[in-house]
Amino acid sequence: MKNSVLIAICLLVSTIGFAQEKNKKMAFEVDGKCEMCKMRIEKAALGVPGVKYALWDIPSHQLSLVVDERKTDPMKIKTALVAAGHDTKELKATQEAYDDIHPCCKYREDNTDDSEKH
Amino acid sequence: MKQILIIFFWLPMLLTAQDKIEGMVMEANAENKHIGLAGANVYWLNSQIGTITKENGTFSIPYSKDYNKLVISFVGFKTDTLTINEPKMVHHWLVPSNQLDEVVVEKERDAVQKTFFSTQNVVTVNSAELLKAACCNLSESFETNPAIDVNFNDALTGTKQIQMLGLTSPYLLITQENIPMVRGASQTYGLTFTPGTWVESIQITKGAGSVVNGYESISGQINTELQKPLTDTPVFVNGYANLNGRLELNTHLNTKLSDKWSTGLYLHGNRRDVEVDNNDDGFLDNPLANQINIMSRWQYQNAEKGWVSFFNLRYLNDEKQIGQTDFKPDTDRFTTNAWGSEIDTQRFDGSVKLGYVFPELPYQSFGFQTSYSSHKQDSYYGFNIYNIDHESIYTNLIFNSIIGNTKSKFKTGLTFAYDGYNELVNSQEFNRTDTSAGAFFEYSYTNLEKLSFTAGLRLDTHNRLGTFFTPRFHIRYTPWEKGSLRGSFGIGRRAANIFAENQRLFASSRTLQLQGNGGEIYGFDPEKAVNYGISFIQGFSLFERPGNFSVDFYRTDFDNQIVVDWENPDQVVFSNLDGKSYANSLQAELNHEVLPNVELRTAYKFYDVKTDYQTGLLQKPLQARHRYFANVGYNTTPTENGSQWRFDYTLHALGEQRLPNTSSNPVNFQLGDFAEGYSLMNAQVTKVFSKKFEVYVGGENLTDFRQDNPVLGSNDPFGTNFDTTIVYAPIFGRMVYAGFRFKS
Repeated sequence: MKNSVLIAICLLVSTIGFAQEKNKKMAFEVDGKCEMCKMRIEKAALGVPGVKYALWDIPSHQLSLVVDERKTDPMKIKTALVAAGHDTKELKATQEAYDDIHPCCKYREDNTDDSEKH
Repeated sequence: MKQILIIFFWLPMLLTAQDKIEGMVMEANAENKHIGLAGANVYWLNSQIGTITKENGTFSIPYSKDYNKLVISFVGFKTDTLTINEPKMVHHWLVPSNQLDEVVVEKERDAVQKTFFSTQNVVTVNSAELLKAACCNLSESFETNPAIDVNFNDALTGTKQIQMLGLTSPYLLITQENIPMVRGASQTYGLTFTPGTWVESIQITKGAGSVVNGYESISGQINTELQKPLTDTPVFVNGYANLNGRLELNTHLNTKLSDKWSTGLYLHGNRRDVEVDNNDDGFLDNPLANQINIMSRWQYQNAEKGWVSFFNLRYLNDEKQIGQTDFKPDTDRFTTNAWGSEIDTQRFDGSVKLGYVFPELPYQSFGFQTSYSSHKQDSYYGFNIYNIDHESIYTNLIFNSIIGNTKSKFKTGLTFAYDGYNELVNSQEFNRTDTSAGAFFEYSYTNLEKLSFTAGLRLDTHNRLGTFFTPRFHIRYTPWEKGSLRGSFGIGRRAANIFAENQRLFASSRTLQLQGNGGEIYGFDPEKAVNYGISFIQGFSLFERPGNFSVDFYRTDFDNQIVVDWENPDQVVFSNLDGKSYANSLQAELNHEVLPNVELRTAYKFYDVKTDYQTGLLQKPLQARHRYFANVGYNTTPTENGSQWRFDYTLHALGEQRLPNTSSNPVNFQLGDFAEGYSLMNAQVTKVFSKKFEVYVGGENLTDFRQDNPVLGSNDPFGTNFDTTIVYAPIFGRMVYAGFRFKS
């Protein structure tokens, strides 16, 4: 009896694990360097349907998200980010997209935080 | 932007001609061994110049006079900022931090922060600004801020009245940690019941506020955040004395009880026993006063679970004695031996705040706040008796969340308020109970770039004001970099407590006349006004130092107002507005760090405030149409142990003020139509010895400007021409003070 209950619970837990969460927390690295980048990155992420919350931290380059997994997935978000000109680990921005960003945001040349300067 | 680029190009060329700072960064250890740290970041704060330490921990970085804050940081260690004024060797030990993923680079915050991003026109005043004028209490803490005008209230109590957009404080919503505070019975003296040292910061919102805090604000909102037990220093002592005999002592004691609970005990006492009558009119220039103010504050913080809570208790006892110098309350009260007055207030406040942020959803939270206050004032002004008891309960529940994503947020909730008043005016009793319940919804949208707006609506039902909607709207648009254009619109309503708000009129021979229409509040209708305005702020950088320019225009139009008409020197007539009443206010402000560490603020304000009195549409009495303001602050750079000098100077210049009509008085009691303009200067010097101890000296009204005859008919206070209400300038001349602050 006990065992069957345990098995049932384990099964349930695993199904929950695969379920698509409405409010899934996730975080990954996005390259950028300043307040302007922060705005561009957050805007690009929030522009993806299903992304509810986006916060990009300048020093750590971490983008923390809360997303609705039924509507979106990390790759969709990263596609939007590279379209805005910001590199991620898996996807890199095209040269055109990168050239479009403000001259002071060229994180590939120098990625120190210079948010104080503008 | 171009400028910055040009500077970038120049920097390397400039730097070649400079000296170097060389040194070594080491890991702190008990034996003080030289264990070099490789790969630590060493850079000049707010600059592009940086380096990393070599394998043995040594580094070399160009020295430039433009930068004097060297930041040394390394992941896993506490970031340190060193002040360096000449090229030298630097040996620095970094202390490991407990949190491995935190790199803190501290940025100095301006003492007055104007927002570029909020939809509302908010100015935040932090504690550094509050130290610029060693203010005794909240009513005096706006001296260095142009958004608020400080006026003199009456010749006797010396209480300062504050104004915003040309309207007196009853039209402002004054809250303490978002709970309405200075209202009802405490309207006149309430601001003097919050000691200055208790204040952590003040947010001043011009124009219609948010619907979240109720329907009462008309011209703006002032919110005071008090010191928090968790963040305030464990021990704080402040002593203050001034030359007109006022003594003050403030003590804060804060302890952390556990990782979640902290508590603070805040004690304030002030007294004045010295009788001062510098203008020899036989009346005290300042009241004899005595105040005891005790607050106990408990804070609960549980970041993991998302709970934060505050629990406050406060007791206040305030006694004032005013009038003729030879007035002895015990023998002369209610006699014609001498004219005098006493105002005794006892107040108790209790409040609970509870906040919950959903740990998994950083954008969703609940807030609940409830407060209770009991206010008892017993007072008499000569033969006029005025007592008021006011019991108040206020509860507000707020839920914050998003629609879709964080570009669209909303706040919604419920408010309940109860006010019970018992008043005695001479022999007439006025008892009143006000209850109201309301619901609000506020939607805010931002596209993260140029545009954001907030639209709020509340529906309230009030037993005297009826059932009504209150809309509020704010919009912000950023046309270009560092520019911000704002607009706001809102409606506000309130039940005017005519006696509590106009108490000073009791200290005269005027008779009070209530010409009501049988309305719900003292026979009058509720006050209702529309406020709208636009503002523009532009930040700039000149000589590489920041500055900003702002201009705003607001208009308040009253649908109904309780008009206090004292254009006849023998009486005061209260009536509903019959005709027009409006206030236009224009303010232009320019702030800049003109030299390194020298902040200059200047402002010009124009007010056009007119009301239909019995004798026609007149400018509001005792209000300068033109005001100028300038403030200069200079701080030396703090050395490593924190010692520095701070200098501050403020100039207020006021144009002429219209005086209430006194033409029907005998000639020697006539004041003319206008009071001439004048200027006031305040200054303060603070010497900080260390992070623990500082002393300050300062002076107010340095030019010793005084009003000639603040008390009309002072030689016959029981006669028909006695009047203490027409005050347009300081009564007390130059005032010098000194004090100290000790923290540990």
